[in-house]
Amino acid sequence: MGVTILFFSGLAVIAVWWLSTQRLTSKPWLEQGAAGEFPATGVSSAPIAKVGLGVFLATIGSLFALFISAYFMRMQLADWRPVPKPALLWVNTGMLMLSSAALQWARAQADRNKMSGVRTALLMAGGAALVFVAGQLLAWRQLNAAGYFMTSNPASSFFYLITALHGVHVLGGLVALGRNVARAWQGRNLARLSLGLDLCSLYWDFLLLMWLVLFGLLLLS
Amino acid sequence: MVDAVIGREPIPPAEVGEVELYHPHSWITRYVFSQDAKVIAIQYSLTAMAIGLVALVLSWLMRWQLAFPGTLSFIDPSQYLQYITMHGMIMVVYLLTALFLGGFGNYLIPLMVGARDMAFPYLNMLSYWIYLLAVLILVSSFFVPGGPTGAGWTLYPPQAILQGTPGYEMGIILMLVSLITFIIGFTMGGLNYVVTVLQGRARGMTLMRMPLTVWGIFTATVLALLAFPALFVGAVMMLFDRVLGTSFFMPSLVSMGEQLQYGGGSPILFQHLFWFFGHPEVYIVALPAFGIVSDLISTHARRNIFGYRMMVWAIVAIGVLSFVVWAHHMYVSGMNPWFGFFFATTTLIIAIPTAIKVYNWVLTLWRGDIHLTIPMLFALAFIVTFVNGGLTGLFLGNVVVDVPLSDTMFVVAHFHMVMGVAPIFVIFGALYHWYPKVTGRMLNEGLGQLHFWVTFLGAYAIFFPMHYLGLLGMPRRYHEIGSTSFVPESAHGLNVFITVAALIVGAVQLVFLFNLFWSLRYGRASGGNPWRATTLEWQTPETPPPHGNWGKELPVVYRWAYDYNVPGAKEDFLPQNRPPEPNPA
Repeated sequence: MGVTILFFSGLAVIAVWWLSTQRLTSKPWLEQGAAGEFPATGVSSAPIAKVGLGVFLATIGSLFALFISAYFMRMQLADWRPVPKPALLWVNTGMLMLSSAALQWARAQADRNKMSGVRTALLMAGGAALVFVAGQLLAWRQLNAAGYFMTSNPASSFFYLITALHGVHVLGGLVALGRNVARAWQGRNLARLSLGLDLCSLYWDFLLLMWLVLFGLLLLS
Repeated sequence: MVDAVIGREPIPPAEVGEVELYHPHSWITRYVFSQDAKVIAIQYSLTAMAIGLVALVLSWLMRWQLAFPGTLSFIDPSQYLQYITMHGMIMVVYLLTALFLGGFGNYLIPLMVGARDMAFPYLNMLSYWIYLLAVLILVSSFFVPGGPTGAGWTLYPPQAILQGTPGYEMGIILMLVSLITFIIGFTMGGLNYVVTVLQGRARGMTLMRMPLTVWGIFTATVLALLAFPALFVGAVMMLFDRVLGTSFFMPSLVSMGEQLQYGGGSPILFQHLFWFFGHPEVYIVALPAFGIVSDLISTHARRNIFGYRMMVWAIVAIGVLSFVVWAHHMYVSGMNPWFGFFFATTTLIIAIPTAIKVYNWVLTLWRGDIHLTIPMLFALAFIVTFVNGGLTGLFLGNVVVDVPLSDTMFVVAHFHMVMGVAPIFVIFGALYHWYPKVTGRMLNEGLGQLHFWVTFLGAYAIFFPMHYLGLLGMPRRYHEIGSTSFVPESAHGLNVFITVAALIVGAVQLVFLFNLFWSLRYGRASGGNPWRATTLEWQTPETPPPHGNWGKELPVVYRWAYDYNVPGAKEDFLPQNRPPEPNPA
């Protein structure tokens, strides 16, 4: 459970930092709010949706950390046989990076109010992400063809399970991305689109980071 | 009120603007697919209570079997194990978690922090419907071939998915799917509770002015969002083992004379995952109870809560500690003695913040103007019961004491006291306390007294003797004790006594249910603030609060939540949105 504890320690540091900005040592029974010295509520100025996504990412992070912990614990047992890693995974990794980069580009275009640029970038991001998912499925087929099935040994079980879990999260992100594509084509509510792009891009970066961690884990074992 | 000139400058009016909320237009969107947190709260509560009734009936059947073995012919050993499993899982996850967070969280968070609704109302609505789906999947397992799983609520592999365990065919699959569904639904709700506390607070509502109820529910939700993934991981991997034949948890074994296809997996791995969820779960249930009970005591003793800051810090400290004690559930699974030492130490350290809370509750009561209303009675019962259950926790936290007591009735008595009976007392107290806000009517006092005294005394009649049975060595999860050398004849008499008490306590819950529905129509009208409480939910312009909670203007908060009997004030309570008196100058 070392990985999980490490991840949770990271969250704890963030939580302590945040709490330390919240005047936890104040004595509320002595403070009646007179005007002028009306205390701020400490509400962050970030959009609500962004805070919500942040909390959600902490939850998913916990999910992946626990899977990785389980991976390490299972790996130590005697019947673990490493699985060959299809070279295709490197291509897929590149695709996911491309997708993430395209979303950054979309944000930059949105800032400059260039709708056509936003649309191109969004299509690129969505396309690259779809290619990533398709590539992962192809990698599964290659492994299958090489005789590594879901039940062959724990390493291949974990490979399928972890890539599936990550893939499902990418697909979920694609739904959100699809809504932003629709917004970009209607082109009415630019503020909402800009927020949507921020959220998508944050989520994509998180999934990319998760994939790099998972891929590293698969390569090392 | 908003333009009151105090001190140097007037406070600008709270942002009114167009209320950017989804407004229901039809009966369906108002009462069924509602996005209003208050309606969702009621839906959550009713569903949780309905499934809780199923679990209550199961406990009757189990107790009947233990006292009068063989008299109900349909209870065979398999059935008995299935009752145990479903009773435990329903009570812990589908009743307590859902009721505290989905029920009280939804109703109280927006009202108590002065928000119009949850941060993401649509997600909130989905959360309820997915929860309902999870409950239905769980219930459906009663009707499939082989019945529900009988693996015990901990679902330990390998036995949970092996032939010979009741419900091995479909029951275990439905249980795992239901849990996965529940977690997905809960995550949607949990995001709402956390983000609403973070971002939805009214002006002036600093964290340190929040009622402890909100602190408790908030911290518990954070725990749940981080701990439920562990159950999710365990459930998904076990589902793969069962359905696809992987060997995450399954060692190689021979079952019914046949070598199974499994091999090499680790059952201990599941235990780690399960208890990494399972222990925080105790506090997911306990922290909201801690918070609510603080508010009940303060309000009904007309006294500010003693040591508010300590109470907040203790809640946070308990939340953090709850993640580093999980392996104390696994002492008998075998572990490095140093780990045992570590987990025993962290377990006992939790007693410190918990004891701080108990002292502070008692000191709040000290020289208070105690009104023995029903909510107060339940709150007092909680303190006593929680201390009781906590003390036996000190026994079980120690490795050397735990090992001989493992899997005896002592453990059953301990966890029922500390996380069964105690939180349920808070739930009852809270229902009596907030029912007037939800419906505009008081619950009937006489029926309430009956309900309280029978439940309180009855719970002790049930669980006190169980400690003794456990010390005698009577094992848990046994369908029938039969005759053994270590269980004396008198223990059987005690078993009958416990069962009679359990039947009576169960029956009186029906009185409570009757009261809930009877008072809806015939209860005394309560007015907006029958308990003369300070927190914001009692200051709404209308009772029950309409959609949007606050009418045109959001409240502004001027003080903390516990201004009772402030020296020099005209009334014995000052609501949080009451501005300070103007300076005489």
